[in-house]
Amino acid sequence: MARKVFRAMLEARILEMKLSSLYKAGKIVGGVYLGKGQEAVSASLGAQLEMGRDFFAPLIRDQGGRTAFGEEVIDCARTYLGSVLGPMRGRDGNIHRGRPQQGMFAMISHLGAAVPVVAGALLAKRLKGELEGVVGATCIGDGATSTGAFHEGLNTAAVERLPLVVVVANNQFAYSTPNDRQFACADLLDRAKGYGVDGHDLDGTDFLQCLRVMSEAVGRARAGHGPQMVVARLLRLTGHGEHDDGSYVPDTLRAGHLGRDCMDVAAAQIVECGYATTAEIEAWREETGERVQAALAAAQQEPKPDPWTEVWQACSKPLI
Amino acid sequence: MDGGLASLFEAFDLNTAQSMSITYVDAILQAQETLLREDPRVFLYGQDISRFGGAFKATKGLAEAFPGRVLDSPISEDAMAGVAIGAAIEGMRPIVEMQFADFSSIAFNQLVNHAGTHFYRTGVPVPITIRLPSGGTPGSGPFHSQSMEAIYAHYPGLVVVTPATVSDAYHMLIQAVAHDDPVIYCEHKFLYRWLKSPSIQDDGLSLGQARITRPGKHATIVTYSAMVHEAVRAADRLQAESGWEIEVVDLRTVKPIDMDTVLASVARTGRLLALGEAFPWGGVTAEIVARVAGEGFHLLDAPPARLNSRDTPVPYHPNLWAAHRPTPETICLAMRELLSF
Ligand SMILES: Cc1ncc(C[n+]2csc(CCOP(=O)(O)OP(=O)(O)O)c2C)c(N)n1
Repeated sequence: MARKVFRAMLEARILEMKLSSLYKAGKIVGGVYLGKGQEAVSASLGAQLEMGRDFFAPLIRDQGGRTAFGEEVIDCARTYLGSVLGPMRGRDGNIHRGRPQQGMFAMISHLGAAVPVVAGALLAKRLKGELEGVVGATCIGDGATSTGAFHEGLNTAAVERLPLVVVVANNQFAYSTPNDRQFACADLLDRAKGYGVDGHDLDGTDFLQCLRVMSEAVGRARAGHGPQMVVARLLRLTGHGEHDDGSYVPDTLRAGHLGRDCMDVAAAQIVECGYATTAEIEAWREETGERVQAALAAAQQEPKPDPWTEVWQACSKPLI
Repeated sequence: MDGGLASLFEAFDLNTAQSMSITYVDAILQAQETLLREDPRVFLYGQDISRFGGAFKATKGLAEAFPGRVLDSPISEDAMAGVAIGAAIEGMRPIVEMQFADFSSIAFNQLVNHAGTHFYRTGVPVPITIRLPSGGTPGSGPFHSQSMEAIYAHYPGLVVVTPATVSDAYHMLIQAVAHDDPVIYCEHKFLYRWLKSPSIQDDGLSLGQARITRPGKHATIVTYSAMVHEAVRAADRLQAESGWEIEVVDLRTVKPIDMDTVLASVARTGRLLALGEAFPWGGVTAEIVARVAGEGFHLLDAPPARLNSRDTPVPYHPNLWAAHRPTPETICLAMRELLSF
């Protein structure tokens, strides 16, 4: 598990750094939103889920989770680069991608909206008599916990006692808005009690803790203990998007414990525990870099959507 | 009760002979019973719909007949729609009952941004049916009377239906659930118990097809939902008083619009009144007028006209309410103006 999660983190970091370069080189239209610093949280969740059985609704900063869940690099590359061969075919871009038939939902921008949707998919499993051992997970930021959709969705999942895992990545800011302008409770974890769901505190910079807490939270959901809410403390080590320098994050915070890069912590922990050697990690880095580069290069060559042949049709079965 | 309101009720007295036994809301109940019985993918989700049977009793007895498939939801319209979307992606055919159409504003985001965009974005359709108890009834006031069809029709990816008859209430609900795309099913609360029929008939129309409810040759009224009955009443009066023969087209589905039927009618009559109960700014009637003007300008012998409710919130008091929506009297006035052009 440690190796799987770490490799997904590595792939996410390498992929996202390349996306950033492509954006700055003007090769990507629209926004680029990265999960730098949040890979350990996201990937340790994704790795607990099994594509084809479980549901996963990733959000803005979940490249790590997507990769660990089994999304191919090429899906990401094609969506960012507008290839018509990608899952979104140029109709939607960047992080707004998914493969719903494989249990990975395609997020809409409206924050919080995925929470009840994952609950609904789980309810469907229950109605079909197939819920046993299935988990649905979604990620969300501290800011999005203030939405009605988040509250309605988590409350509904709690009422139905569905195996939903909601991972809140509290990176201390929602775009530029700090926690103290977002909520007034002492800790977001306090809300778990209010919803009647299990709460799990997590230092999101600590790789080993991420592995342990996600395993426990997902395991409890799978075992029938109802919704689980994980609140991870961390910092995003980048702007809100690549257009933003994040200058509103105080240097003291960056220099402190939450400012640690989870990649460095993970590499050290993984070597220390004997899960992998430094040489292995270097080999992974090299192999992943080449694979990511190849995917991005391929996607850049692929056909872009053509307005003349586009099927301008929003319904699957036009009535007229 | 003042004259306006009395005449409104009188319209329905014509339809309430003892022999007529199935009400509009019964048809909705029966359709859901049929759907639950015949399709294991169907389940019902909404506030107070389980053992209580729903605010309007449209799900009465279904929880007992189909255990575990008629579920009470929290007062969370966003989550209700979201749950339906997730369940539909996972292969189910959920029917959501909003307690009143007005509260679907809370679910607006899920419906237009999640359900409405899903097929275009991902290629995976979202077969949900959202039942909206719509329109005004005396005393219901600003927040239990709204007609939301135009709001949803505005967005790509949603089908919006507005049954006006007992048989349509039944068949269009069955068809809505069978349809692979999201359907907003606007059922009119005023028709729930006033509108009765001896039996449920099937004239073979599908979603998206309009019906000529009353043939005529001097002018066309294009309308939908409860206003179909007001239009027929006005047409009968104009015929009795002045010999005008007015054609009434019931759109049945307001998104998409059956323009073939609308244009064919205008071609016969040369005159158009687009009639609706919703607010006057934009909406279905504006769409009809714009399309007929654009696609059938040469067919028109007079400027196309519109009649809607007034541009205020729907008032509470029956005296005000009855004068807020179009009535046979105001429809007759609008028609006389149209016919005298
Ligand atoms: C409902 C809604 N309102 C506003 C936005 C615009 N928006 C996009 S990301 C964002 C900040 C989100 O902050 P948070 O939830 O803490 O997640 P983070 O970006 O920190 O990961 C905002 C305001 C949105 N996408 N959805």
